[in-house]
Amino acid sequence: MSSITFEATVNGRPVRWEVPAGEFLTETLRSHGLIGTKRGCESGDCGACAILLDGVEVNSCVVLAAQASGHDIVTVEGIGDARAPHPIQEAFVDAGAVQCGYCTPGMVVATKALLDENPTPTRDDARHALAGHLCRCTGYVKCLDAVELAAERTANADAAHGGA
Amino acid sequence: MAEDTKNATETPWDIGEESMAEYDRFKVVNKSPRRVDAMKLALGKGTFTDDLTPPGMLHVKMLGSPHAHARILSIDTTEAEAMPDVHCVLNMYNVKAIPHTTAGQGFPEPSPWDALCFPEKVRFVGDRVCAVAAETEAAALRALETIKVEYEVLPAILSPEEAVAEGAVKIHEHPEPTGISKPEMNLACTLGASVGDVEAGFAASDRVIERTYRIGYAQQSPIEPHIAVTWLDEDERLTVRVATQVPFHSRRILAQVLEIPVSRIRVIKPRIGGGFGVKQEVLLEDVPALVTLRTGRPARWALTRPEELVSARTRHPSILTMKAGVNDDGTLVALSMEVLGNSGAYGAHALTVVSCTGGKALPLYKAEHYRFDARVAYTNLPVGGAFRGYGAPQGFYAVEILMDEIAHELGMDPIALREKNMIGSGDDNPLAVALGEGGEGFPQRIRSCGLPQCIEIGREKIGWERRKSFDKTGTKRRGIGMVALMQGSGIPGVDMASSFIKLNDDGSFNLLTGATDIGTGSDTVLSQIAAEELGVTVDDIIIYTADTDLTPFDTGAYASSTTYISGTSVKKAAAGVRRQIVAAAADIWKCEADGLVAANKQVKHPDGRTLSYGDICRSTLYHHNQHQIMDHASHLSYECPPPFSAHFCEVEVDVETGEIKVLNYVAAVDCGVAIHPTAAEGQTEGGVQMGLGYALSERYLFDDKGVMQNASFADYKIFSALDMPELEAVLVPTYEPSGPFGAKSVSEIPINGPAPLLSNAVFDAIGVRFREAPITPEMIWRALREEG
Repeated sequence: MSSITFEATVNGRPVRWEVPAGEFLTETLRSHGLIGTKRGCESGDCGACAILLDGVEVNSCVVLAAQASGHDIVTVEGIGDARAPHPIQEAFVDAGAVQCGYCTPGMVVATKALLDENPTPTRDDARHALAGHLCRCTGYVKCLDAVELAAERTANADAAHGGA
Repeated sequence: MAEDTKNATETPWDIGEESMAEYDRFKVVNKSPRRVDAMKLALGKGTFTDDLTPPGMLHVKMLGSPHAHARILSIDTTEAEAMPDVHCVLNMYNVKAIPHTTAGQGFPEPSPWDALCFPEKVRFVGDRVCAVAAETEAAALRALETIKVEYEVLPAILSPEEAVAEGAVKIHEHPEPTGISKPEMNLACTLGASVGDVEAGFAASDRVIERTYRIGYAQQSPIEPHIAVTWLDEDERLTVRVATQVPFHSRRILAQVLEIPVSRIRVIKPRIGGGFGVKQEVLLEDVPALVTLRTGRPARWALTRPEELVSARTRHPSILTMKAGVNDDGTLVALSMEVLGNSGAYGAHALTVVSCTGGKALPLYKAEHYRFDARVAYTNLPVGGAFRGYGAPQGFYAVEILMDEIAHELGMDPIALREKNMIGSGDDNPLAVALGEGGEGFPQRIRSCGLPQCIEIGREKIGWERRKSFDKTGTKRRGIGMVALMQGSGIPGVDMASSFIKLNDDGSFNLLTGATDIGTGSDTVLSQIAAEELGVTVDDIIIYTADTDLTPFDTGAYASSTTYISGTSVKKAAAGVRRQIVAAAADIWKCEADGLVAANKQVKHPDGRTLSYGDICRSTLYHHNQHQIMDHASHLSYECPPPFSAHFCEVEVDVETGEIKVLNYVAAVDCGVAIHPTAAEGQTEGGVQMGLGYALSERYLFDDKGVMQNASFADYKIFSALDMPELEAVLVPTYEPSGPFGAKSVSEIPINGPAPLLSNAVFDAIGVRFREAPITPEMIWRALREEG
């Protein structure tokens, strides 16, 4: 199968990968070690593979690697890591929103996209932000709590640092 | 061995204030620390089956049957086998036909051995025909396209009524299968149970009410589809990393179908992206295992979402005919349930699921006379399996709507009717002996029951009395409904769990247990139980679970057993370790062990001296009376304490469009002591979410050839955050004397609620009774038009 050169910024670092033409971005990311991006449906319906493409949340399973080449990509690994978890990740843990955790990375990405755009979301804003993220373990109650908690903590952190 | 193994179930029958005082003594349990695996999951770190790719791994793809029922006449794989990227092709010609069940139960399985790795006759659309393993998924898919199969298409049976009709084509007629009740009648199983004389009961009742209810297919739909990755380790042993709820059953069944010893197989369960019963099935690991054994290379098979919906397992659809004899004052005299279930193409879990349909739902209401008759038929449709609730949702669907219908007919308040008849503390489960799981059971007396409180809380929170004052003339009409529920905690006399704990030099502990966390939080719950018993914190427990080489046996994560059964094995092992720690301290101090107290990670002498667990461990490992402080324990229970719950909701029905909005939902649950209250709430909220889908939107649509028409998350609609109502889960504290720190189960019971509840609430709103789920806007619209 023919291949293409995939050049992009992934989690702040420039990458240049040879990938099969016709490969979807989920596969490209996962095969390069970014396994926080999950496969749930591979048809754009469940949100487990969500990433930020130029700051906009997309389902990477329906984006060709070729389409994403040349763009800025942030995966869940780029949001926080074990040494410095992002307040959103802390909030999902503390709110009890992580059950099996398979949909959690996608929800973390969605929350990042929401809070970047709207730092003080209402519960209904949070509902809409998570609407494309299917979760089978929770009743979404604690996921919405987590978004609110993350917003609160981000606001407090920003306030402590003299504003964003 | 822990000393109290034998006596653990002989706790006093002490329901009341004395036990409730236990709540004040808890230091670790009944609190909600961070879950032990939550942060790594939120970070997206590699923890699931698919997150590990052994070098040289092949990818498996399966050619599924396009026909609902057909004999395979020939399979031509010449072209596929010649493709350079293809390394293994498997089908009925080169894989031995070994009858087995995929049901993933204890041995011998109560499900019939009616499955083959590759059948010579396909029995539903999506049944296995031929597998290919290739360098990439794309190459495997290209190879599948070249395979030519000749079929002799047979008449397809697309409903259980057709299956049992005179002259129906036989679905399992070949000689190999064993354990099918009546293959000549397409019946995977039949089951009956009786208490008293139900006909005499009906005759003696003021009135007899008979109704039929139907509930359809639904799929567990874990967000992580089924997946297994296999490889040979450096000793040429088969290693299977698989999304399973039953690693030990998986190992045993693999040994059976691969014809290799159990000792040559290691099954590892990593983090699981949801199970809900469907991963109790030993569904796919045999195929990559065969590829690995034949090629020597690692192999991966992951189901796609359409494959998961079509070819994995589902809820057994059921038709339930209920008959109740009641007196005019609301006293229930006799109750009967007749079930015709649909097991689909194979009989996995058919018997045990249907036994729970009667066994879990009927005893909620006390009667002098009961009868239960069940038949579960084979059809050429997707296969039924274990699904959260395990038959009970079908049973409660019928029982809880029936109770509402009786109340309506008698002019009674539905709550008052339930309170008059429901089981409570000190009562014996009237059906426990006659109808256990799959056959006769063990006597059960209710020792903890918070159902009255659940109902009281729900009644108040939903505003039950408002239902009398709703305006019934406008376009949007409101209604309120309620249901009462119970479940079990493990399978009595069957489920067995074991655990091992050892002390480390810094006072930390390794806890090894076969218990299988499938996203429920059981690794956290079991760590809490160990920490409470040992007098340490959760951070001091290093838990490792569900690896057939490294952890002791556990039947697996099903039947709401993990907290109650596995938790007790952990508690016993921890108690043994604590006693050894105290004994070692006494030995160091040369004093009597009596009077020494182990708590806060140290042993305290009455005179004020202390020894830390770390000090004690270093002494026993390196200096004094050298030995490893460690203990193990097994647990099996003949008791199966039911959790209880009451669900209430308020709906708004648009009589113009048929749209149903659930405005508000309250689920109050008595799960005994909630070991991790946040996790228990999460289970309850999640069960309601799943149940609302079953009640309102999740259904299987087939064409007239048995092809599923909606096999995607776009068309098989599970609830999203936008679909959910305001939902409150309330934990009602009780104390179950037979459970670890007073705990019962919590994970399955909530799924029983929403389907009957929505029928009851919609009836209250518009006066139309739906006896079929899910209730769609179209059904409401049509019903209202028919009424005029």
